[in-house]
Amino acid sequence: MLNRDEDILKAAEDWQKAGHSVALATVVETWGSAPRPAGSSLVINDDGTFLGSVSGGCVEGAVVTEALDVIASGKPKMLEFGVADETAWNVGLSCGGTIRVFVEKVGQS
Amino acid sequence: MKLETLKTINAERAARRPVILVTDTDTGDQRLVKAADISADPLRSELSRQLRMGKSGTIEVGGKKLFLNVYAPTARLVIVGAVHISQALAPLARSLDYDVTVVDPRTAFASPERFPDVPLIAEWPDVALPPLNIDHYTAFVALTHDPKIDDPALLHAFERDCFYIGALGSRKTHAKRAERLKAQGAKDADIARIHAPIGLAIGAVSPSEIAVSIMAEITAQLRLPAKEKENAA
Repeated sequence: MLNRDEDILKAAEDWQKAGHSVALATVVETWGSAPRPAGSSLVINDDGTFLGSVSGGCVEGAVVTEALDVIASGKPKMLEFGVADETAWNVGLSCGGTIRVFVEKVGQS
Repeated sequence: MKLETLKTINAERAARRPVILVTDTDTGDQRLVKAADISADPLRSELSRQLRMGKSGTIEVGGKKLFLNVYAPTARLVIVGAVHISQALAPLARSLDYDVTVVDPRTAFASPERFPDVPLIAEWPDVALPPLNIDHYTAFVALTHDPKIDDPALLHAFERDCFYIGALGSRKTHAKRAERLKAQGAKDADIARIHAPIGLAIGAVSPSEIAVSIMAEITAQLRLPAKEKENAA
């Protein structure tokens, strides 16, 4: 079953209630042929379990890693991904777009 | 994001009311604007534009970058008629993230064997439809070909401001239907909202192909700006 955006935010609330630390990553800007529109989101808990997506699967790994940092620090972060050159391929968007992803901890004061 | 904010977003979405989360992406400051409060908000024109398009995006206001995240309710599809086309349409709509409900008083049609995993209501439209709280974020299709079922269903859809209303039948069938509905009090403007013959003209023949043409037309109605919609129709 595919996770819809509302299932994703519901999971964030449920994880939080179950005592997990949770971060939310949201696509806030896109340029070029980005795979998912602004507003697409992914939630991650302190186990590293995640739901949803911010791209076609190209940068999720990197977002999860950064989100674990955000959970630890409690400070929001802006991430940018795109294909700048050949070496960017590993974490870049193979479709040629650029996206900015806002990562924040859920439950910060 | 504050836990309280997350809870409110989830609660509003469960009640099918739109909300917009405004985030200052430099500071992380956030506030949530409910649909009912937009008209009194300093950003009302920006907020209402994003909501109308159902689109999230970043805007710049007074040197600040603000991300407007639009949480519109999940689109629903109400199918009146548990017919062969509906058997193809229901799973297709679900794969496109619609909440699907099938209504047909004929129990031989509205059977779980024919519609596994789809909420089925084997009642007449006057009983089945009011509790569904059909709203603007609902696409409504009448597919029984039976005026006794389709006509009252369409009259209900007119009252509920559905973003899409479609009815199966040829131009001739539809002309007769328009006469019947008008005799029951429907306005010309209501009749004009019915997409009939239903679906985009893609030469669909099989029930599955007709389902694709219906979902294509619903998608166009949901996503295209008004002018391009006319060209697609």
